[in-house]
This record gives sequence, C-alpha cells and structure tokens, in this order.
Amino acid sequence: MAVNVYFEDVNMGDESPPWSRQTDFMNWNRYAAVNDEFVYIHMDDESGRKALNEAGAFGMGNLRYTYMLNALRDWIGDEAEIRECGLQYRAINQKNDILTVTGKVTKKEVVDGENRVFLEMNVVNQKGDPTCPGHAVIALPSRGK
Amino acid sequence: MTSEQKLETLVTPEMEARKGVWENVRVSPPIAESDLRKWGIASYWPDTPPRVFWDAEYAKGTRWGGIIAPNDFNPFAWPIDRPRTAGGAPQGMGSTPGTRGMNGGQVETFGVPMRPGDVITSRTRLKEWNERTTRLGLTLFTETEMEWRNQKDEVVKVRISTGIRY
Repeated sequence: MAVNVYFEDVNMGDESPPWSRQTDFMNWNRYAAVNDEFVYIHMDDESGRKALNEAGAFGMGNLRYTYMLNALRDWIGDEAEIRECGLQYRAINQKNDILTVTGKVTKKEVVDGENRVFLEMNVVNQKGDPTCPGHAVIALPSRGK
Repeated sequence: MTSEQKLETLVTPEMEARKGVWENVRVSPPIAESDLRKWGIASYWPDTPPRVFWDAEYAKGTRWGGIIAPNDFNPFAWPIDRPRTAGGAPQGMGSTPGTRGMNGGQVETFGVPMRPGDVITSRTRLKEWNERTTRLGLTLFTETEMEWRNQKDEVVKVRISTGIRY
C-alpha cells in the first residue's frame, strides 16, 4: 500500500512534482503499439512535413494526456484516485522534445465525503512553452480516516 | 470544394440528425493482465510502471484488492474488424476548407477502475457544436461524448472530446 500524499498535506498553490520525458520514436512507437495508433504523421518525417510540420513526424496528443495522468499517479500513489483530467492541444510535440508535466493546486474541497483537490495542469517543453493546458481533480486519503 | 468557395456553415444535416443520439456501441474483449502490463511499460517508458498495474501480489494489499488498469488504458485497441482508411491516412486531414481537422482535446471523468477480466461497453453521441470564425476561417468545434461501462453496468469513464474542423 502506497499513500504518497494526504489531503491535509496539500495546500493551495502547491505544485505537483515535475514529471519529464524526452520523447522520440522509442516512446511514440511503444505507445502506438499498445494503443494500436499507427498514423503516418507520427511515424514518418515526410508525412509529418506533408501535414505542415516542417520538423517532420510529431508525437501523439494522447501520449501527452497519458503523461499527465502518469505524473498525477506517480505523485498521489495507489490509494488515491484521479477523478477527472482534461486538456487542450495547443502546440506540437516535436521529436526529442523534453516534456515536463506541471500541476498547481487551485482548490481543495470535500465533495460527497471525498477529499478532492483541483489542479491546473500543463505539459511544458524544454523551451518553457506550454503545449497543452488542462486541469485535473484528484481524490486523496485523509489522515483522519 | 476549392479554397475559393466560401462556406456558410460546416454543420451538415447528418450532424443535426445525429445530435444527442447514442450510437457506435462496441464491446471490448475481456481485459487481460498482460494487456495492462504492456500498456504500463509503454506509457511509462523508460521507467517501470506502478506495481498496482502489473504485480498481483502487491496489488492485493492495496485498497483495490487486485490489479487495476491505468486510467488511460484502451480495451478497444486491436479489434479484428476495423474500418479501412486509404493507406492509413488519418481522418480529418484534408486540405480544403471544411475538410481540415485537428484534435482539440478532451476531458475525462472517471468512475470505477477497469480490472483484468472486465468487459467494457462503449457508446458515443454527438453532444453539441459551436461554429465561429477564427484565424483559421470558418471553424466548427464539435463535442463528442463517449461513455464506458463495465459488465456490472458501472460507469468506468465519460470522455468529452473536442474536434476542430475548418
């Protein structure tokens, strides 16, 4: 059993631990393999350029969403729950980008007896550019229970 | 359609007819532990995924009492029957007005976790849309709702996806 963080220990403005990946075909191909997501723009530079991305092939949006969920899971541990997560795709994930998931606590609330923490989320590249602003709601265990 | 032709709307009669109607019911094969292990390895690469996704002995000691799936696990991957696309070309990648598209994003709310052995039923509906002129020209934002339930009829997740067509 792994409780990484309790509701009482989280405060407004707290940031989730940064979670990073350098992304290239190693990551994209593995994700494509399990998600059955074989699309030429994610596999082939020429196809990427045809889709107007000068640098060639680019990463899947779904994988950045996965990274957001993974960052949350690694932070909160097995005993907590992710209630909601969402994002908007605003920029492309280029090959060899170093992506970092960021999260900041914006609200704490007990809803239907569940200790919920609301976060503003993003996936930022190595230049500091936010690529997909989003949000998450997590449910944390309490020290009192 | 050529780029010279001016479109008045990207909303089609087919969209009007489909609005709010649940469709595209799919039933997944039973989820296998091995599916979850592979998903975890791929999505956490190059790190080791959390044990609750692949280690049955460890998972017994958690609040879940057994292995659970990562929130983003897709039990519908690798179907036998699938619509064929020309050369694997993605849909929505046309080059003329109204045929160009992109994935705008999604919001998912999660219910009970998926577990090995679960059979998931999915259904989708066109929820709503919003059309306006953007820097891309006439642009249509559509929201599609997808609901997944397990074999006990418990909600696993609801996804609202935003598609952008321009």
